[in-house]
Parts: sequence; structure tokens; C-alpha cells
Amino acid sequence: MDWTIIQQSLPNFVQGFKLTLWLSLVGIVGSIIVGIITSLVQYFRVPVLKQILNVYVEVARNTPLLIQLFFLYYAFPVMGIKMTAETCGIIGLIFLGGAYMAEGFTGGFNGVSQNQLDAGEALGMNQFQLARYVVLPQGLSLSVPALAANIIFLIKETSIFSVIAIPELTNTALDLIGMYYRSNEYLFVLVVAYAIILIPVILLLDWLERRVRYGAFGN
Amino acid sequence: MAHSGISVLFEGTNFARLMGGLWTSVWIALVSLAIGLLLGTLFGLLRTLRSRLIRFVLLLYLEFFRIVPTVVLLFLVYYILPRQFNINMPATWMAVLAFSLWVAAEFSDIVRGALESVPKHQRESGQALGLNQWQLFRYVLLPQAIQLELPATINLATRVIKTTSLLLMISVMDVINVGQQIIEANNQTHPTGIFWVYGLIFILYFIVDYPLSLWAKHLTAKQKD
Amino acid sequence: MAEEILKVEHLNKFYGDWQALHDINFDLQKGEVVTLLGPSGSGKSTLIRTLNGLEPFKDGNIYFKGEKVEPTPKEWQKLRQQIGMVFQSYDLFPNLTVLDNILLAPTKVQKRDREEVKKEAMALLERVDLADQANSYPRQLSGGQKQRIAIVRALAMHPELMLFDEVTASLDPEMVRGVLEIIKELADRDHMTMIIVTHEMNFAAQIADRVLFLEDGKLLEDTPGKQFFEHPQTARAAEFLSSMEF
Repeated sequence: MDWTIIQQSLPNFVQGFKLTLWLSLVGIVGSIIVGIITSLVQYFRVPVLKQILNVYVEVARNTPLLIQLFFLYYAFPVMGIKMTAETCGIIGLIFLGGAYMAEGFTGGFNGVSQNQLDAGEALGMNQFQLARYVVLPQGLSLSVPALAANIIFLIKETSIFSVIAIPELTNTALDLIGMYYRSNEYLFVLVVAYAIILIPVILLLDWLERRVRYGAFGN
Repeated sequence: MAHSGISVLFEGTNFARLMGGLWTSVWIALVSLAIGLLLGTLFGLLRTLRSRLIRFVLLLYLEFFRIVPTVVLLFLVYYILPRQFNINMPATWMAVLAFSLWVAAEFSDIVRGALESVPKHQRESGQALGLNQWQLFRYVLLPQAIQLELPATINLATRVIKTTSLLLMISVMDVINVGQQIIEANNQTHPTGIFWVYGLIFILYFIVDYPLSLWAKHLTAKQKD
Repeated sequence: MAEEILKVEHLNKFYGDWQALHDINFDLQKGEVVTLLGPSGSGKSTLIRTLNGLEPFKDGNIYFKGEKVEPTPKEWQKLRQQIGMVFQSYDLFPNLTVLDNILLAPTKVQKRDREEVKKEAMALLERVDLADQANSYPRQLSGGQKQRIAIVRALAMHPELMLFDEVTASLDPEMVRGVLEIIKELADRDHMTMIIVTHEMNFAAQIADRVLFLEDGKLLEDTPGKQFFEHPQTARAAEFLSSMEF
């Protein structure tokens, strides 16, 4: 392990680090928005839209991100739709992540017990009030574990962006390895960089899960 | 699309080659799953034991895989084994190695979770009947744990299958790599071929993964009743 | 003549092919307390849940204050604001404090003034000796406390009829009395109209103006309380009472 090589590569990695963080953030926020909307449409059984979104969730969940990206980045231009690599990356990540998040939220909403729904109904709530005051708050805290798993998953999925040459962390490392043929050092920095991002995220999400657990399960 | 690119799929041996690539992907997924599930069961069991050292080491192992993206895992194996340890093996086996270790990590967590979620009174009523540790595990905990963990395991399998799409990054001749070669060879004559080839691969992955997802969903729904 | 709160006519209820309720007929006057007794699986819970629209019914009629109930979700939603219900499993909302549990429906469903409801809620909490728990979360309370809160939550809606579905069935024995006393007080002091499903026979004997005895989904007896416990009309009811050994 040669530390001077590592030192020289740091500016490159910092750039990649920032980009990974940024793409993850946009991807996660976008996925949560798409996921909530999708699962609400499914929960309220909005006709037509629900069927369309069901298909979306299944297609997005059962195909690899890499192929989704290849499609956006290489095949779409043939149809006359050209986008930058980063746009493709973000669209791909939100396409995938939205479906995962939707599954998580739907799981949470369905996890709200029938007893709780009965109690709300017995108090005279209509469907909207039931959703707003019973299903949503409880379902969201029930879906936190799935949300946490998805957030970690999506951050790691940004590594696949390297295949369409977005200069995030993994792509940065691969580029450097290609140029200088020093794999040990660069892979070491790469792993450390992911650890720096993911360890705090994991700790934070564990804390969040503990915080909401009571709210959801303690009757 | 006047000059339809769909013909690319069926020219010469193209379709057969794509199927061959798909088989490579599926084969790697299956072998990795087999090894990973075995290893993961062992790790999961060990994690329910009292030894702090074992639990700590396995926790580190698990956290490592929780942090490192699978692409990076593949590169770690791909670069470090030959250069550092002088171990040369075909990229296919390197992929199997990386995937198996990853599956083992994830599955150990599923196994531990399932074993711990078997209600305490089940364990106690087994003990009250005079079952020893092994009998308790074999006849009470394991059958219930398997039922509990099956949906999560199937979901893990669908993820492994999807993750085989990364194989081209370490030059395995998987379905996508084959697809790229076909696209390049036909780029001049059929510029829209790219659309059809990637489209077909997209659908192939869906065809393999979707039934498994459905099965997992079905099992989860049944457990809720 | 007393005002009629509830009337049930020829009520039949099916789950698939299985008939859960057979031709149920009874009425309920304002201020009356009726206990619904019978062995487990006799249809008591099904019947009381049907009276609140939680179980749909196809056959028969329910009249609330003389008006026929159209069994649509919208109609039930309106009626439930006048029919309070308390469940065996308390079912407080775990994400809300005690006070917010009580305020939620009066302010959001009935759109009443929050401050006014709050005053009333505090007075009710005082009455059940739980005013000091207003800002606690349900998980911090004992089962008995939770059930008292659930009763307050229903009362805050100003119901004209209260339904109690085995509200002491999952409580520890020492918690049962406190809850029953509150219900007793509701009868004696507020003359609340109530239908109570219970297995506490002493309590039922004390409180019931009338007893409806149910078996296999059939209403076998509709008898004044005292008479039911001393001279049940049917052999099945006598058998049931002796099996309860109270």
C-alpha cells in the first residue's frame, strides 16, 4: 500500500464523493416522493392509475438498474431522446427506488391493524379521515424499517452509475485503476469512502427505527 | 424505424448466443445462491450462540457487506485475488466467490432474524417436553424458521439474479456482454438494433425474476392470515 | 312513553354460507341498559359490531331513533358519531397522547372547537381518575387505564348510545373493577343508553335492565335483568348461567 498514491488521488475521490452524495440525495428524495404517491394511489384504489402503477412497480422491481440505465443512455438516443449521463442516472435511480419505496409504504399501510381501523370507524371517521389520522401516521412509522433498507440500497446502487461513465466514486476508482494500474490503493480508498457515507447513515437510520418502533407497535 | 432493428435478434446465431449468455448469468446466480445459503445458514446459527467473539467477527463481516456495493465487491475479488494472492481463476468463478460471500452475509441475517422470532414459548414448550438442544433446533426452531424466512430468501434470490447484470464489468460473458457484442457488430447495418437487444434483455430479466417475486408476495400474504 | 333509541327487525347475517345471526328482533329505549349474554361463538360480538356498521348486513332493518338506517358507508359514518363503541383491545391510537386520542374525533370529525372539547376531555379524565395522564402515550399505561381512556374517547363524542364489546376480557382481574365501575356510573348517574357484551355475570346482574341471551346466532331470550338471573325462561339460558358459576 503506497500512501503517496492515495494522497495524490484524494482530490479526485473528493469530487466523486460529492457526486455520489448528491446523486444519492436526489435519488432518495425522488424515490420517496414517487413511492408515497404510488402507494397512496394503490391504497385508495384509484381506478386505471392503480393498474398502471402496479405494472410500473413490478417492472421496475424485477429488472436490473444497469439495464434500465443502458436503455436510457444508449437506446433512447436512437429514438431521438438524448439526455446527459447524470440525468439518466437520476431518472433510473428514481424509477427503481420509487418502486421499492412504494412497496415499503404499502407494506406499512397494510400493517395497520384492523382493530385500529375499526376504532377509527367507530369514532365516525370517513375514509379520508381514517387515512389521514390513522393509516398514514401509523403506516409511515411501520414502513421505517423498509425505508431505511431502501435508502442504504439506493446509495449503494449509485455505484452502478459507473457503467454510463458518471464520475461518481466507483467510476473515479475504476478510472484511476485504468490509468495508473494501482488497484489496492484505489479500491481501499473506495471502500473507505463508502464506509464514510454509509456508517453514519446506518447509525442514523437505526436510531430512527428505534424512535418510531414504540409509536407503531405499543398499543 | 423503417429499417427495423428487430431482425438483429434473429440473425445468425444471435438469439442462441443471447440465451447462452442468459444461462451463464442464471448459472452463476444459482451456484452462488447454493453456496451462499449454506454458508449463511451456518453463520446465522453461529450468530445465535453466546460466544461474543464469534458474534463480533460475524457482525463485522455482515457490516462489511452492508457497506460495500456489489460492484465494488466484484472489483475487489477481480483485482486483489490475482495481483495480491496470485490466485488466477476464470472471472466466472470470481463472480461466484463474490456473490456467495455476499449472499452468505445477507442470509445469515435472515436466518438469525427468523430463529429469534420463533416465539419464546415455542422454545420453552419444546424444552418442557425434554427435547435437547439439537432436537429443539431440528424439530421446533428450524421448521418454523424456514417458513418465516422463505419469502425473504426468495426476494434475496431475485436480487442476486438482477445483480448478475453487473457481471459484464469483470468481463464475464453474460447476457448483457453478449448483447453488447451483437449491438456493436450490427451497429452499421441496424442502428436501432440496440433498442431491440436491450429490450429483449430487459424482458428476459423480467421473465426470470417476476415469477419469483410473485411467489414471495403470495407467501407473505398467506402468512398474514 | 320512553323514546326509542334502537330497533332491530329480522336481522340476518351470513358469512358465505354460514349464518351468523338468525332473525334478530329487539328494541332499546332511551336510558336502558341491555347486556348481551351467551356462550363464546354465539354471535354477541357480531351482533354488537353490526349495530355500529362494522359488520355489514344484508337482511333485515335497523332503526336508530325511529329512522331506518340505510346501510351505506356514508350513513354509518354519520351514525357512528352518535353511537360510541369500546373494544376488547382498547385500540387507542399508539402514535397520539391520551389527550390527542380523545380530541381527535370531536375536533376532526365533528369539527367542534378544540378548546371547548379539551375542557370537556379534562373533566372526563378527572372523572376516571386519569387527568394526570393526559400527556402520556398509550404504551405508558396499564390495560385498565387504557380501557378507561377508550371509554372517555367514546364519551367525548356525546354519544346517545354506547356499545361495549367485552371491554374487560383482556384485563388483569385487579383492573376489571375500575372499568366496570365507570360503566356502572354511566348507567346510574348519566342514564346512558348502553348495550354491553360481557362475561362478568355479577356485573351483568347488577347493571342490566334487560338481558338478551344469544346462542348459535339466535336470540333465545329477551328478559328483564332480575328475572333472567333468577328465573331464566329457557333451559339453555339456565344451563349457561349454571356453567358460569358466579
